[in-house]
Amino acid sequence: MTALVSTTNSVAVRLDGLRRSFGDVHALDGLDLDIAPGELVALLGPSGCGKTTALRILAGLEDPDTGRVLVGGKDVTDRPANHRDMGMVFQAYSLFPHLTALENVEFGLMLRRQRAAQRRRRAGEMLELVGIGAHAGRYPHQLSGGQQQRVALARALAIQPQVLLLDEPLSALDAKVRVQLRDEIRRIQREVGTTTLFVTHDQEEALAMADRVGVMRSGRLEQLGSPEDIYGRPATAFVADFVGLSNRLPGRVSDSGVEVLGTVLPLIDSSAAPVGAAVTAMVRPESVNLEVDPQGVARVLAASFLGPTSRVTVALPDDTLVLAQVASSRLHELSPGTATRVVLQPTPVVVSTA
Amino acid sequence: MAGLIARAARRQRVMRWIVVLVLGVFFLLPLVAMVMFTIREPNGHYTFSTWRLLANWKQLGQTYPDLWAGMKSSAGLAVFTVLIMLVMLVPTAVWVRLRLPKMRRFLEFVCLLPLTIPAIVLVVGLAPVYAWVTYFLGGSALTLTFAYTILVLPYAYRAIDAGLSAIDVRTLAEAARSLGAGWATVMWRVVLPNIRSAVLSASFLTVALVLGEFTIASLLNRENLQVAIDLLGKSSATMSVAVSFAALVLAFALLFLLSFAGRRRGRRGATTPDQLGAVSPSLIASEAIGERS
Repeated sequence: MTALVSTTNSVAVRLDGLRRSFGDVHALDGLDLDIAPGELVALLGPSGCGKTTALRILAGLEDPDTGRVLVGGKDVTDRPANHRDMGMVFQAYSLFPHLTALENVEFGLMLRRQRAAQRRRRAGEMLELVGIGAHAGRYPHQLSGGQQQRVALARALAIQPQVLLLDEPLSALDAKVRVQLRDEIRRIQREVGTTTLFVTHDQEEALAMADRVGVMRSGRLEQLGSPEDIYGRPATAFVADFVGLSNRLPGRVSDSGVEVLGTVLPLIDSSAAPVGAAVTAMVRPESVNLEVDPQGVARVLAASFLGPTSRVTVALPDDTLVLAQVASSRLHELSPGTATRVVLQPTPVVVSTA
Repeated sequence: MAGLIARAARRQRVMRWIVVLVLGVFFLLPLVAMVMFTIREPNGHYTFSTWRLLANWKQLGQTYPDLWAGMKSSAGLAVFTVLIMLVMLVPTAVWVRLRLPKMRRFLEFVCLLPLTIPAIVLVVGLAPVYAWVTYFLGGSALTLTFAYTILVLPYAYRAIDAGLSAIDVRTLAEAARSLGAGWATVMWRVVLPNIRSAVLSASFLTVALVLGEFTIASLLNRENLQVAIDLLGKSSATMSVAVSFAALVLAFALLFLLSFAGRRRGRRGATTPDQLGAVSPSLIASEAIGERS
């Protein structure tokens, strides 16, 4: 295992002004992204935001219209996929059906003309690393979806790639396996130290796995930052809306922040709107407290139980709906129709003027 | 109620047997008649001399040199047609799926076209082309390979397309490319092993069609097995019928092999028999048999 880590050379990756159109659709519209050596960056965004196109261009499976791809400082934009030295795990199951798990992992090593005994040993080690050494002799159709993706990961890492590319590798798996494999991918990535680009539409996955998360919209990066920054200090209303849940509440900008439902909340970006402007503030459900009060103007509409916490929807007199996250132990006092008072915690918020 | 169901089941069983019997008689009677014709002498005695001669290839070649030449031509034609068909069709079908998916319908249309053009019309178009073929390559029967490659396209394309539909060619090719494989390696080590049974089907169908083809060969004045059988029918009717019967059995054997290959593959979960059956074996058999009639 130590040998594995020591043999990996981490390199920096740079995507420089990438543009790519499919007919009238601009999949990438001047994307710039720097990935540090050994870092795991997740590209997160809705369908059609260009995240997969960016990954495929880095892999060499698509050509950009303009822009450059630099790996370890070298321009590889015109280099074909098979000469880029990148390991890739796909969303669809991509194991070769006619080869066993071990032979699948050996495939890339065979192309690198490694001796049979040497590549068999390495493939075995990789299968052990991803935790399915016992299934080395099985064909893909004899493996579960999660096991197949583990083999695909072992196959991608076996060739000691400069960059590891993960194209929504967990989206076809069921929830439990997804969480388990997500943690393992992160562990293995840290262990081997390969620079990794991970594409997903699942915010939880991105926040849990990545060193940095890039939220994409219409072919551009809307925000790139640590998971904590993306969630706690979203740069735009789109990021606040897309990552986690947000209440869109009307407010007015004041000298010290934005006044929402009678509470002044600090602004993440104080230059976002002039003082006195009417804005929409993005308030997280966990920043909303509900206090049972017979004089309160808000009425509980519905509650959904999520385990340790629950989400309660209340309606204000002007029909504005507010979503609050409360401890599930409080659910009994927040039955539908209960009069409550909405109290906002003064956490920084992002506002939009639209 | 139970009695009613039992009666209905009995009636169904009887009907099933009647259908099997009628169809059996319909298909087997001509075959039995063919065999009888080859073993019965005018005086009413039975002899297997025709079959013994057919089994003795050396003597057969000396006794019926034209038939022997026709057999060799057809065997050569089958091999070359299979080779050219595979070399042309497999990479094209794969490439269209990978790079030009919008062209798939067009490719399918072009490949199915020969099915809609009667052989006789095809010959009218081919005749002037073959004047040039003869000019450049001579009048060998093997030059029919070009015409036959076109003729087998509908069946071969269907089989190969069904095989490609059963796997995710695009993802497999991209996975192989990312691991360092060039296009030739992708083709040889990834795509071909996974459409092996489809390639086998296409090859079997091609062989069956080529062995049964008469019209084009006859009208372009080339000698193949069916043309030789036709000629032989005028001098030695029993040998002609015996060879026809043997060719028919060979075609059936190939088609059974095809179904068998399809079933085995289906168990492994890559290509299902239904997909391989996109071209009905019985259709091919009737085409192969019916060419001369």
